[in-house]
Amino acid sequence: MTATIDLAAHRPGDSELRLRDEVRQFLDDQRAAGAFRPRSDAWMSAADPAFSRRLGARGWLGMTLPTRYGGHDRSPLERFAVVEELLAAGAPVAAHWIADRQMAPSVLRNGTEEQRRRYLPGIARGECFFAIGMSEPDAGSDLAAVRTRAREADGGWEITGTKLWTTGAHFAHAIVLLARTDGAPGDRHNGLSQFVVDLPHPAVHVRPITTIDGEHHFNEVVLDHAVVPAGALLGERGAGWRQVVAELAHERSGPERFLSTAPLLETWSSELRLTDPVAAREVGRLTARAWTLRQLSLAVAAALAAGRSPEVAAALVKDLGSRFEGDVVETVRRLAGIEPRPGADGLAGLLADAIPHTPAFTLRGGTNEILRSVVARGLGVR
Amino acid sequence: MNDELHEEIRAAVGAILKGRSARGGFDAALWKDLSDTGFHLLGVPEEVGGSGGGLRDLAVVVDLVAFHASAAPVAESAFLAGWLLAQAGVAVPGGLVVASLDEVEAHRRGGSLRLSGRAAVPWARHADHIVVLARDGDEVSVAVVPVGELEKAENLAGEPRDIAVFDDVEALTAAPVGVDVDDLRLRGALARSVQLAGAARAVLKSARQYVAEREQFGRPLARFQAVQQHLAALAAEVTAMRISADAALLAVEAHHRPEFAVAAAKATTSAGAHVVATIGHQLHGALGYSAEHHLGAATTRLWSWREEFGNEAHWQDRLAAAVVAEGSWWSTVAGGAR
Ligand SMILES: Cc1cc2nc3c(=O)[nH]c(=O)nc-3n(C[C@H](O)[C@H](O)[C@H](O)COP(=O)(O)OP(=O)(O)OC[C@H]3O[C@@H](n4cnc5c(N)ncnc54)[C@H](O)[C@@H]3O)c2cc1C
Repeated sequence: MTATIDLAAHRPGDSELRLRDEVRQFLDDQRAAGAFRPRSDAWMSAADPAFSRRLGARGWLGMTLPTRYGGHDRSPLERFAVVEELLAAGAPVAAHWIADRQMAPSVLRNGTEEQRRRYLPGIARGECFFAIGMSEPDAGSDLAAVRTRAREADGGWEITGTKLWTTGAHFAHAIVLLARTDGAPGDRHNGLSQFVVDLPHPAVHVRPITTIDGEHHFNEVVLDHAVVPAGALLGERGAGWRQVVAELAHERSGPERFLSTAPLLETWSSELRLTDPVAAREVGRLTARAWTLRQLSLAVAAALAAGRSPEVAAALVKDLGSRFEGDVVETVRRLAGIEPRPGADGLAGLLADAIPHTPAFTLRGGTNEILRSVVARGLGVR
Repeated sequence: MNDELHEEIRAAVGAILKGRSARGGFDAALWKDLSDTGFHLLGVPEEVGGSGGGLRDLAVVVDLVAFHASAAPVAESAFLAGWLLAQAGVAVPGGLVVASLDEVEAHRRGGSLRLSGRAAVPWARHADHIVVLARDGDEVSVAVVPVGELEKAENLAGEPRDIAVFDDVEALTAAPVGVDVDDLRLRGALARSVQLAGAARAVLKSARQYVAEREQFGRPLARFQAVQQHLAALAAEVTAMRISADAALLAVEAHHRPEFAVAAAKATTSAGAHVVATIGHQLHGALGYSAEHHLGAATTRLWSWREEFGNEAHWQDRLAAAVVAEGSWWSTVAGGAR
């Protein structure tokens, strides 16, 4: 087996277990106070800036950032424990999700001192939200085909292009873009760079795209000769592809890739009676699967924490995890026999949230077909 | 399980096992090589005559024997019999010693313990001694008996799955013990989880090689995207099986909810066996279906081991009971206080 997939199981330390209990207590209190109602896929669809600020105040955002940037110097595995609890509870974490998950580590790694001071403390307070501008009309799975172009102009950059499916761009304070600075589209991975563009911006137009659940999660973002300062370049000019690939290990392996539908399973299984052997066995099946997936996800987090870059393992975990999320919905739906009702209490409402989101699980963050080809390449057969 | 000691064990045992795959039977020469180096009793404390070392050292050997499809009962010997002996402080007897998977009725007569009943004892026909949990009323002992009357049977992989018949057989030694047959079967499920993960890895390795070498339509199979997608799905399942066995070993070693972890691992590895055997055979075409090819040595073991010590349905039901007892699905999965 190639080293990239050779993950080792992680044994949680005491501080992780303690943190887990603290977060559970906090979430119980928040639920009791009516601060949120658990729902599936809340990390993408339930944005609540006030809730994000409360998490920031508890020290649960930007956890792994150094204290000098407003962070808390905690380990990625401590962050993992917190994040898992928030997801399992279906808490409204969408506002800060992208900022905390991937922009914090990316700005810390690739950003200038000025960029770090500008963005990181706000991320840790739960006040600075991000959107990811990678996909475009003609660049989906084939991300290297991006056409958005950044040209040097008046000591800064002028950016033109269209980004698509940009989650949260309508409330984000900044968007990170993958754009071509050098060469031609045929140059593929060479000549791409990343930019951080503050929003709102007079030449950046954010247009809502309604999804099949009737909601507004993602957007079209049109950059029309948008002028940004030189300091908007993130990392090295021309190193955009490498930076994005490194980001993907964070984006793909986290617990949100198998826990999106955990609130549905929690509610359904809370009514489980062992006298229903069919349902019991299915709960057992999903329990074993979830347990294994979190061991995988933890192992990737441990590898990341150890400074490795387990892109192949991350792709593998997301392939398995995202299929599990759909499996949960289908299993509960089939056995509960309750018609989904948007806005209703209990399972009817939870199913109504979850079912229209199922196609997203295996598309966003790289489709499962693409993930499997990443794994195949990791196995040395491509 | 990546530290240096494990790498050394892996290298040394791998060198002994290389090329010694077998369809059924018992590889006496291999067992001698393992015995001469002490690897056959790794993880069994030195005080009872074992080779010392921890659970995960032993698991490295069990994993490799499964990976190489070798006919050597390390799981039944060190992992189960050795563990029972250590629990009771009874010295490891000479020759090949294997465990009875069932508890047997016993009674005392004239200072000796006498056993009567039938018990499943894998590999018994090749063994010299059997270690048995013997129950006399409320007292459970670990007893060592010589191999006597057997009813022979094999699993799909041709591995001996014998039944021992005890008709008032006198124990050579016996000592009271604090574990029972449920503990033994949990331990057996852990062993099979490790073995299933090992055999699954062998299927992946073989599939990878085969699709890189075999050419059709003028190019290696590996160039076809459909084949790549199969291979990636196979790798994902194999990795999931491996991590679940690893995590269960960690949990048992740390006494951190061991029953739950082993149940989850056996449910995962037993269910994974089907996926792995199916994709593995599909990718190997008819060649892998022929008895001469090594693939069958791995897949027939997967098909056997997934049933032994409880298949996935058995353990899924146990996990469901744990969820109901805990009152929360998530805290059952993730642990921690509630
Ligand atoms: C809910 C949601 C949120 C999203 N949020 C963001 C965001 O915030 N920012 C952002 O940049 N993007 C976002 N995306 C976009 C996402 O990254 C893309 O949808 C994804 O990369 C796939 O691209 P595509 O939709 O253009 O599909 P396509 O690439 O056109 O693919 C269509 C189908 O063809 C298959 N396919 C394509 N190429 C191959 C190939 N080589 N081999 C085999 N099969 C192939 C795909 O697997 C898929 O099944 C989001 C998407 C969703 C659904």
